[in-house]
Amino acid sequence: MAIHPPSNRLWWKEPIHGIELAWIVIAFLWGLFMFFFMIAWHFIGQQNLSNETYKVKPEAYAERVEAFAAEFQATGDDGAPLEEDGVPVVRPPVGGDAYILARLWEFWPILELKKGESYRIHLSSADWQHGFSLQPTNINISVHPGYEHIITLTPTESGTFGIVCNEFCGIGHHTMTGRIRVVD
Amino acid sequence: MTSIDQGALTGTGARTSWRTCRFSGLKIEANAEALIKVNAVAAVIFLALGGLMGLMVALTRWPAMQLLPAEWFYLVLTGHGANVLLFWIIFFEIAVLYFASAVILGSRLAAPKVAWFAFVLMVVGAVMANYAVLRGDSTVMFTSYPPMQASQWFYLSLIIFAVGALIATFIFFGTLVVAKNEQTYDGSVPLVTFGAITAGIIAVFTLASGAIILIPTWFWSLGLITNIDTLMYKVVWWGMGHSSQQINVSAHVSIWYAIGAMVVGAKPLSEKVSRTAFFMYILFLQLASAHHILAEPGMSSSWKIVNTSYMMYLAVMGSMIHGLTVPGAIEAAQRRNGFTRGAFEWLTKAPWGNPAFAGMFLSLVMFGFIGGISGVVLGTEQLNVLMHNTIYVPGHFHGTVVAGTTLAFMAMTYLVVPLIFQRDILWPGLAKLQPFVFGIGAGGISLFMMGAGTLGVARRHWDMSLTDAAHAYEFPAAAYLMMGLNGISAIMAALGGVMFIVIVVGSILAGPRLDRPGAKLTFPLHDKSRESVSEYGSHGTLKLPGTLILVGIFFACFVLYYFVNWKYLSELWLFN
Repeated sequence: MAIHPPSNRLWWKEPIHGIELAWIVIAFLWGLFMFFFMIAWHFIGQQNLSNETYKVKPEAYAERVEAFAAEFQATGDDGAPLEEDGVPVVRPPVGGDAYILARLWEFWPILELKKGESYRIHLSSADWQHGFSLQPTNINISVHPGYEHIITLTPTESGTFGIVCNEFCGIGHHTMTGRIRVVD
Repeated sequence: MTSIDQGALTGTGARTSWRTCRFSGLKIEANAEALIKVNAVAAVIFLALGGLMGLMVALTRWPAMQLLPAEWFYLVLTGHGANVLLFWIIFFEIAVLYFASAVILGSRLAAPKVAWFAFVLMVVGAVMANYAVLRGDSTVMFTSYPPMQASQWFYLSLIIFAVGALIATFIFFGTLVVAKNEQTYDGSVPLVTFGAITAGIIAVFTLASGAIILIPTWFWSLGLITNIDTLMYKVVWWGMGHSSQQINVSAHVSIWYAIGAMVVGAKPLSEKVSRTAFFMYILFLQLASAHHILAEPGMSSSWKIVNTSYMMYLAVMGSMIHGLTVPGAIEAAQRRNGFTRGAFEWLTKAPWGNPAFAGMFLSLVMFGFIGGISGVVLGTEQLNVLMHNTIYVPGHFHGTVVAGTTLAFMAMTYLVVPLIFQRDILWPGLAKLQPFVFGIGAGGISLFMMGAGTLGVARRHWDMSLTDAAHAYEFPAAAYLMMGLNGISAIMAALGGVMFIVIVVGSILAGPRLDRPGAKLTFPLHDKSRESVSEYGSHGTLKLPGTLILVGIFFACFVLYYFVNWKYLSELWLFN
């Protein structure tokens, strides 16, 4: 029994049951498959989290996001700068850099992207850790203060998308949201 | 029949007293017995506290109910994590380690005074942590990610608790040495002890990781260090946070084998295979820290792939092997016991009325199907982006830690109470139902949280309707339904938890005494006389058709669910 010493002192010489052996082989091969499939997806798949990261001072990052928002803020039909819920709507150049600042408790500013175009999205935090959760698409990425993460993102659908913070960041955590607009 | 040999002298000159258990034939030393008792009782107390907090969390996350205000919700959630994930589980694991060394090997416990000291440290740490959380300035969640800072008492309490647990682990190792030197057993240690050794080894490097990160973080909270790197913190902290879950896995797999052995007379099909599977855990499980870093900046894809897969899934292979050998050993044993008709008579005629067996088997099935499969999917480098920090994550680990570990520990308690406390189970009718009530509730919370997480609902979040947020976002109605069903399941699990605590406390205090001659167990242990002779687990067993079918279903579910998630991923926006 499993609670007594093996009755056969040379237990390592006992035969292995055929079913056990077959299952070990299946489990091993399945593990190998899953391992190599992760590597393969870097070549065949189009959803791989970027490794491009830089150390950055949170204050310096916040200044760059503000400069970016001032430069590329969208204008409405009347020529006035465009805002939504009091937050500037920013149209980054297609293929260019776009910045999102996570801070207590908002993702700032609102980006307006074009469907099917790529953008280099910069993500970092001004204060605590936050969680970038793009909904309803369900892309979830951690955001650290002091680390600038650059992700090349290509929206494949148009509409209004929510960003919900999913890393606990204090008492206002459940009020922390942001927005990305995607136009055709 | 009762034989109590008083006052046997040992080499150290300390007086030790022994008794022989009439039901299991195990030789039990008084110090080991006392320490198993106190650790088990402490575990149950923290389970009650942490479980109550868990119910309040679930009822707050039920949108129609939203029981607690936001501040209390985050505070109670922090306490819930510490009390159940650390204190309940580690106190019980220390009891399991002492049981698997001193009781199973029939040895005295090494250095009982030091073991008492370790117990006192753990109690001080656990009480201090609750004090730190309840005074309101340590609402940082169980993970306490910097730069968010808790009070110094929070970090200090965890350090004290970890030191106590580490000392207790070394008492376990010391007991193994004593047993070997005093030749209390013959040949190799039993499989259950081998599994406990696995748990003990993993516990050492887990607790070391905890010390490496929590001591500087404590200095930081005291103002002695100015900065804790957020990414380094996560990498090292999860060396404790995730690896400690592997202590649970090793411990509850050992318990599966132990209960199988004690209740139906199961022998491992092959000692070699089961021990190798445990050895895989020792070699590879500590890499699991990466499971929490897959969606982080700053770590390379190669690091993530190697670590998250436990080096080519070799530790997952260990678990898959136990997934076959545990039911296989039970099937083989039941066939020896005479239940040979069809593929499943061994299972349908299994002692389902015995809460130890029912809890053990439910734990095995749910750990594999819910916790295991979701864990591998969640831990796949790219797939993690679909679920990272959504409520899918707590869904997964309630499948492992609640439906798996907690249910197995509860099942074991139904054996610890008669064998160690020498009290029979009170209210057997209630005890028969308990594993099912708790198990279905725990399975429900796991599945419904996973469902809501698939729809994007965030974990550790007070208000999924985002009422006060700057920019409104509306989660789909199905997500609300899932969170409601999660609340209902949590009530059921809590009911099962209350039943467990009432039965156990009642039995310990007022259960029929078993230390009198002629007393019988309500839930009997395996009767060896009914079994046909066999040399090892699979000896004389040509086929295990039932296990083969169960494992086949498991593998089909695993592969299907794995590829469904890749399909979801391929439909996301493109990013690289």
